[in-house]
Amino acid sequence: MADQARFADQAMEFMPALYTAALRMTRNPSDAEDLVQETYLKAYRAYGSFEDGTNLKAWLYKILTNTYINAYRARQRRPEQVDVEDVEDLYLYRRLAPRVGAGVGAGDGRSAEDEAMELFSDEEVKSAIESLPEAFRIAVILADVEGFSYKEISEITDVPIGTVMSRIHRGRRALQKALAHYGMQRGLIRPAGVSQ
Amino acid sequence: MTPECSDPADCKEAIERLYHFLDGELTDERRTLIASHLDECGFCLEAYGFEGELRHVIAHKCKDRVPDGLMDRVADAIRQETTGRPLL
Repeated sequence: MADQARFADQAMEFMPALYTAALRMTRNPSDAEDLVQETYLKAYRAYGSFEDGTNLKAWLYKILTNTYINAYRARQRRPEQVDVEDVEDLYLYRRLAPRVGAGVGAGDGRSAEDEAMELFSDEEVKSAIESLPEAFRIAVILADVEGFSYKEISEITDVPIGTVMSRIHRGRRALQKALAHYGMQRGLIRPAGVSQ
Repeated sequence: MTPECSDPADCKEAIERLYHFLDGELTDERRTLIASHLDECGFCLEAYGFEGELRHVIAHKCKDRVPDGLMDRVADAIRQETTGRPLL
């Protein structure tokens, strides 16, 4: 049994992470603000049922995700796709390898991480995530942006773990294809259809 | 599968399990098997390295600053809730 008076002390620190997730889900800053506020109010009201010592962050994400699915999805202006196409594994790596590989250990003092960091801008990464269909977008945000485990994501989204895994893996590959599109526009990677 | 692979069957398995490996969702036994393949296969090692870095890049580049005023707005809303509905 958690003490409601301590709610603000415990929960406010998660706001930057929750806001980021809300913005990727709603794809709209004003909806994201409303979603975060509604999440905190619902969490505050339900805080009495939160078990101290369990994962508060995951609990807040569960409320955020449910609220988004039940209330905000209906308002989305863009029509939602429900599935992603199947994308081959290592989609980006196979297309970037000559460039990235050349930098790794080639003695130019730049790490693989520096190389990868420079490939895409913040805006490109955000747009690529936002281009994913909802179920895949949520799974990828929770796994790769927030670092939740498969089991935690299964609990947050109320989806069986096998489905969660499949959504994360397929979502990541679709994300790579979306990122590749930006890479192609900048001439960093080879055109689609050329895999070797 | 790819000309860079030293052992296509091992590579296929390593690439199939790449996400499980990076997500820390493999048994120790499988982890060890894949780690020893990575010691021998430059292609898979680089692919794993790239995918790991990409994950880091995505997390790093996907942060948004909380808009001015949102924290206060939420704190106010909670305060109002408290006044409207006594805690005790």
